Amino acid sequence: MEYAIEVNNLSKKFGAFTAVNDISFNIEKGKIFGFLGPNGSGKSTTIRMLCGVISPTSGSAKVMGYDIVKDTELVRKNIGYMSQKFSLYEDLTVEQNLNFYSQIYSVPKEIAIERKKELITMANLEGKEKSYAGTLSGGWKQRLALGCALIHKPQLLILDEPTGGVDPVSRRTFWEIINSLSRQGITVLVTTHYMDEAESCDVIGMIFNGELMEFAPTNDIIAKYNANNLEDVFITIVENVTHKKVNSYKEMKFLE
Amino acid sequence: MRTKFNFRRFMAIMKKEFLQISVDKISLRMPVLMTIGMMLLFGYAVNTDLDNISTVVFDQSKTQESREFIDQFRSTGYFVFDYNVNSLDELNILIDEGKAKAGLIIPVDYAVMLKKNKSPQPQLVIDGTDPTVARTALNSGVIISNTYSINKRQKFMEIKGFSNMQSPGIDLNTRVRYNPNMSSNMFSIPGLVGLILQNITIMLTAFAMVREKERGTIEQLIVTPVKPNELILGKLIPYIALGYASFLLALALCRFWFKVEIQGNIYLLLGLGMMFVLCSLSIGMLISIFSKNQLQAMQFTIVIILPSVLLSGFMFPVEAMPNSIKFISMMLPLSYFLRIDRSIILKGVGIEYIWQDTIALVIFLMVIFTIAVKKFKKNLD
Repeated sequence: MEYAIEVNNLSKKFGAFTAVNDISFNIEKGKIFGFLGPNGSGKSTTIRMLCGVISPTSGSAKVMGYDIVKDTELVRKNIGYMSQKFSLYEDLTVEQNLNFYSQIYSVPKEIAIERKKELITMANLEGKEKSYAGTLSGGWKQRLALGCALIHKPQLLILDEPTGGVDPVSRRTFWEIINSLSRQGITVLVTTHYMDEAESCDVIGMIFNGELMEFAPTNDIIAKYNANNLEDVFITIVENVTHKKVNSYKEMKFLE
Repeated sequence: MRTKFNFRRFMAIMKKEFLQISVDKISLRMPVLMTIGMMLLFGYAVNTDLDNISTVVFDQSKTQESREFIDQFRSTGYFVFDYNVNSLDELNILIDEGKAKAGLIIPVDYAVMLKKNKSPQPQLVIDGTDPTVARTALNSGVIISNTYSINKRQKFMEIKGFSNMQSPGIDLNTRVRYNPNMSSNMFSIPGLVGLILQNITIMLTAFAMVREKERGTIEQLIVTPVKPNELILGKLIPYIALGYASFLLALALCRFWFKVEIQGNIYLLLGLGMMFVLCSLSIGMLISIFSKNQLQAMQFTIVIILPSVLLSGFMFPVEAMPNSIKFISMMLPLSYFLRIDRSIILKGVGIEYIWQDTIALVIFLMVIFTIAVKKFKKNLD
């Protein structure tokens, strides 16, 4: 079995603070992996290591078969990344944003033109090519950011809280796009606070205080805990660790 | 794994930066408006050449002789007799009100004393609140009066028959070089070229770098294959162009509007100007590294610009500063560039006279640029 992501005993320490503690997991190609955990749990640190932005203190990981420390550039060429901020250039147009990222990823010109058309169609941005990114509303911005992350046909898509601050209709449209990408064989790593979104993932990893608490197919996890949904599962896990009563998932952001 | 500098990625960054500048009205207008605005402001408003000092005269003698004495004052151009009063009170009021900066009081017995071959004692009252005005009024008043007095004595001696007598004396020959009219514009306008270049380059660079941080786009960039070198160079070159353009505009205004001839080698000036642009650019980068947003960048910029206006020798001579302040002045790259640019523009000297300042500038450039690039790369990781 070939894996899109292989993580072996990965740790990251910032001084005395352990952000990520000895985690290991493998993600099969073409799966949607939901990476869950409250703020400050080590999610972003793990993602940053997988993107080759920061190097691990110990352990190793491979992304699309490339070592995250030795082959940083190849890793970055093969992943598409989108963060909750939709980091677009608001003073550039939709087309200029796409052009910029196609050049950054060294996409050949002829292919870039084709690709741009496909992505504009995918993101429902027809007719908005000349609009400034700053004038788009949340949902459009989000889909443009996704387009920019996909311009170089990455095999792995990393989405860091992609649906924050977006209306429910746009969220659904967005997930439809994600599912169709997955059907095309693209592996997706997504972090989210929305548990309903998490349930449409194939595999779930739950991280808390830098420890990987659970890693299994979504249905298996819910069955294992005999719970109704993922939120209940997560609450159970956190209560077991902290010995504190948690009423809802949202509260956990404040549990440190 | 290290790969080579990718030219296409570098071009992509540069193109993007130019696109952003082209839609950003402030980045586009600031170099032009600030250059023209500051040149005109300093060229006309900040003029330390003092003449036309408003003066009140209280002539109690009202004779041919007293009018002749007043004419001596008038003919130098330093004093303008706007007011004629008939009492000491009126004179005092005018000076108190600030309408007159100086007052000339001629005693009643002025003509009588002269006729008796005695020295009358007129009085020059000066408002000392502004020392520059006071000093000019005092010096020129004393010189006018002395010269007039010497002439009077000579005439008197001629009448008495001493005309052929050679009296010993010293005749000092003076010659003011480079700026023979001692016009303050000749001093401040070339300096302004350096100051404008510095301010615009620092500001634009600092803002451009911080903007990327503030909007979070840098986060997106660092997960792409872009190398720090490609990013830094691609982002900086547009601002080198803008900074240099404002330098050229300031230089053109200096030459063609204010008619300050460039005495030395223009290519040397253009070359060293480019070096100073790079130096300012590095300062701008450093500022962007330490600021979280554009407001902070603005504050840091002011912290740099203010001392460089006051302490670089742009306004006040460095020679007159106490040693501790001189040290701060030595830490400002502008101090060195001002000497270079004034030497080339006004004195017309070549590199053999300004090589020390040039080396200082090169050292500044290398040190600041290295720190900036290193810190910037570290920030990206």
